[in-house]
Amino acid sequence: MSPLTLTLREAPRQRIEMSAFTPGRLAESSAEAIRRLPLWVGNRQVPTGDLFTVDEGTREDLVIRSDSDRLDGIGAGSTRGTIRVEGRAGAYLGRDLRGGSIRVSGDVGIFAGTGMTGGTLHIGGNAGDFLGAAIPGERRGLRGGRIEVYGNAGDRVGDHQRRGLILIAGDAGDYCASRMTAGTILVLGRTGAQTGFAMRRGTILLTAQPRLPPTFNHNGPHALGFLRLFADALATRDGPFSRLDARGITVDRWLGDLANGGQGEVLVWAP
Amino acid sequence: MRLNGIPIDDTFAEAFGMTATRLIITALNPHWARVAGETMTGFATSVIGCGVEAGIESEIPQAETPDGRPGISVLLFAMSGSDLAKQVERRVGQCVLTCPTTAVFSGMASEKPVPLGKSLRFFGDGHQISKQIGGRRFWRVPVMDGEFLCEEMTARTSAVGGGNFLVLARTLPGALAACERAVEAIRRLPDVLLPFPGGIARSGSKVGSKYKALMASTNDAYCPTLRGLVRSRLEAETGAVLEIVINGLTEADVREATRVGVRAVCDLGPDAGVLRISAGNYGGKLGPFHFHLREILT
Repeated sequence: MSPLTLTLREAPRQRIEMSAFTPGRLAESSAEAIRRLPLWVGNRQVPTGDLFTVDEGTREDLVIRSDSDRLDGIGAGSTRGTIRVEGRAGAYLGRDLRGGSIRVSGDVGIFAGTGMTGGTLHIGGNAGDFLGAAIPGERRGLRGGRIEVYGNAGDRVGDHQRRGLILIAGDAGDYCASRMTAGTILVLGRTGAQTGFAMRRGTILLTAQPRLPPTFNHNGPHALGFLRLFADALATRDGPFSRLDARGITVDRWLGDLANGGQGEVLVWAP
Repeated sequence: MRLNGIPIDDTFAEAFGMTATRLIITALNPHWARVAGETMTGFATSVIGCGVEAGIESEIPQAETPDGRPGISVLLFAMSGSDLAKQVERRVGQCVLTCPTTAVFSGMASEKPVPLGKSLRFFGDGHQISKQIGGRRFWRVPVMDGEFLCEEMTARTSAVGGGNFLVLARTLPGALAACERAVEAIRRLPDVLLPFPGGIARSGSKVGSKYKALMASTNDAYCPTLRGLVRSRLEAETGAVLEIVINGLTEADVREATRVGVRAVCDLGPDAGVLRISAGNYGGKLGPFHFHLREILT
């Protein structure tokens, strides 16, 4: 069955809050009701039909066609089904995601995957700052599920991350995994300054030597069996994440942040 | 009924319900995987005294194990979920955690969880690391050879224990050789365990005893040295009887193992000294599973 498709009529000057469009929230809505659904655009409300053309289809598979970076909160709080964005997404993509999957072909804004506890977020382009992080005022970042970024990510990836997996095919910015409590972050490119700053626990997996705070100690080379399980679990993923087994299970290991208990680890595969 | 000239008694083996789990133990090489498996399944012949009946099920090639190393699968059978959980924790903790290079994983999926690394992780004294991979949780416990990788939970399933058949032979060496052959054939099957030493029991038992403290005692009807004293079921020429006890994950597994085992014995033919095949039961009062030999073998 074809997906329910929303196509943006023209690029908005203000930001549009899109969290109403999830498979769960639209399950009982007719196409006409969806066209009448009021959306916040800046500080006024506008019917969806004025902003998007709506093509009827299954509510379990939503497609949003937009080349604007101002559609915020796409898939926020979604619990099931798939949401596909053909183009770009704004801030708060997949915020509080509980289940199902969200795929964006292009770039996404800041705070993607914040508060997420389940499901998968697939970002074909680049992600902004605070990917899977804690938003100001929250004490926990990513708490479950998986985020895949096929481009680069900004600063503060996985800040306060508690659980779950963040995969980045490109580079990550400064303060990657800052204040991390648990979970796993994989960066196949390079990371910026202060990687792992104030992390308590958790794992950062890298392919390039990071710039660590001075409060990390070198732990030496180790063969870690769980890396094989990790690689196998990702073997069905797309692109570079499916070929981790070729890197083997021997890594150079750093422990830190010793200013915060030092139970976190930074693992670096040989290039 | 005769099979290849050997009489098959018109009787049945009586088995009872158990609960079982399978663990996969991997190591640097097959030798150390087997060492861990043999150690953790030692002293595990009967739930009466050992708490659990356990043994190695098969070797697993490295391409098929969770961490890509050589492994073995181990089956453990107990009378209750709590007995099983206690024995899994003790045996993995004392025999696998301690064994160089090993890792241990669940080899079974079901609705009924059994803790595996859940408590063992505390050996890490706070330095243990949890990893959720592919929806399963693992523990990485720091040990002196690196890390002990251990899945948090395994699962258990209802199973069948106590399937059996008796091999009555002219001499003890003849009975032993026939049973060894049966064990070899049965051990090629998946999902079954022969819990007794080398897969063979010589001390088959009957229910009850003249001593109040004992719930089981020697199966006097099949003891050649009691012929003429008790109501013996042995002919004059029977020199020895050995029993093969079979636990299986399902009734069908025990049935198949019985068929394969008896056929392996009977393939030897009457000249090898096997006089009769029988089975142990308690008149149908003990267990709900009845394995009628003649029905299985036809």
